[in-house]
Amino acid sequence: MTVRLVVVSHSGKIADGAVELAAQMAPDVLILPAGGTDDGRIGTSLAKVLAALEQAAAGGGVVVLTDLGSAVMMAESAVEFLPEPDSVLLADAPLVEGLVAAAVAAQAGADAAAVKQAAEAVRPAPVREAPAAAEEATPGPPEATGDFELINLAGMHARPAAKIAGGLSGLEAEVTVNGVDGTSMTALMTLGAGMGSVLHVEAWGQDAAKAVKYVGGLVEAGFGEP
Amino acid sequence: MADHRTELIELDRAIGDSDHGENMDRGFKAVLEKLAEAPPATPGAALKLTAMALMSKVGGAAGPLYGTAFLRAATSLGDATDIDPAALAAAIQAARDGVVARGKAESGDKTMVDAWTPAVEAAAAEAAAGNGDVLKVLRAAAEAAEAGAVATDPLVARKGRASYLGERSAGHRDPGAVSTALILRAAAGAAE
Repeated sequence: MTVRLVVVSHSGKIADGAVELAAQMAPDVLILPAGGTDDGRIGTSLAKVLAALEQAAAGGGVVVLTDLGSAVMMAESAVEFLPEPDSVLLADAPLVEGLVAAAVAAQAGADAAAVKQAAEAVRPAPVREAPAAAEEATPGPPEATGDFELINLAGMHARPAAKIAGGLSGLEAEVTVNGVDGTSMTALMTLGAGMGSVLHVEAWGQDAAKAVKYVGGLVEAGFGEP
Repeated sequence: MADHRTELIELDRAIGDSDHGENMDRGFKAVLEKLAEAPPATPGAALKLTAMALMSKVGGAAGPLYGTAFLRAATSLGDATDIDPAALAAAIQAARDGVVARGKAESGDKTMVDAWTPAVEAAAAEAAAGNGDVLKVLRAAAEAAEAGAVATDPLVARKGRASYLGERSAGHRDPGAVSTALILRAAAGAAE
């Protein structure tokens, strides 16, 4: 039984959109939106949050993600109304990135505590060196390499990972970033690379140089983020 | 709350986002409707129903804060049908503790806690005086909350949206402290 997720946002559109995004990466995970007030205004609604929590209750645990401060308070308060408040965990994480990470973890079969941890781990974390396992399957030395330091505040999170993976997918090249598949958004996210960590890029194939240049360009521009 | 809607809107416009009056009025209108639909059997049940209605209809941060306050007070009273002064004072304290747990504000942060905490202390003192009168407890709580709200005027906000204004939040009364005083004053009025 996979862990189920509930998204509490002030905006119905944010909740629905975040669920839509995360569901693409976790098709088997039940992710329920609880955004906006009962009459569709900006705000949070106890009825919506309770309904989502009740619908999620029968699974392998529930993890809640929230956006702004009073959505956190609403989620905490709603949990107090439940017959078993301890069955629900609140993740203290950025909504979109945290939800994606939580959904991927739940899809992989993690338990509720591990799903919460996956969500909370998307914050800039200490650099973790990835094993260079991918090289075993790759013939010969790389045809192009590059090392690029992450300068954006949030480091490698969902959006940069999506940009890198999306762009590399269109090139004729095999690319690894710190040893993981550069065309896999989720693999890139699991690097846990925060601001200041260095991405080591290796590429093979016709577009190898282009691929390294592409990643370098994105990283050096901070992915267009602060 | 409907009578004070404009006052709360004006206070919130100065240091917040001017929706507190609108939100509280809508929330308590919903409370009145729910109470009329299915009159609860006990004070605790009435407080729980109030908590749910406020949390469903208020929308802003005040929803979960007051929702938690009323829910914790309901839990404190339990199934009791007759409330004595000590139980009432304990319920007011449970409400304040709920607000503090939820909002993480302390006394002096220029929030509703600055009305709740004097109310808790006044209610406890009145209950301890042992004259067996719940009305006196409620009046003491309301008066202390009103004084507490007035005392937020010179404070610099450290919690909530007003804290974004920093020093500029001084010189304005906290809307949440005012609405807390209004709630306790209405409770005293109902008991009369």
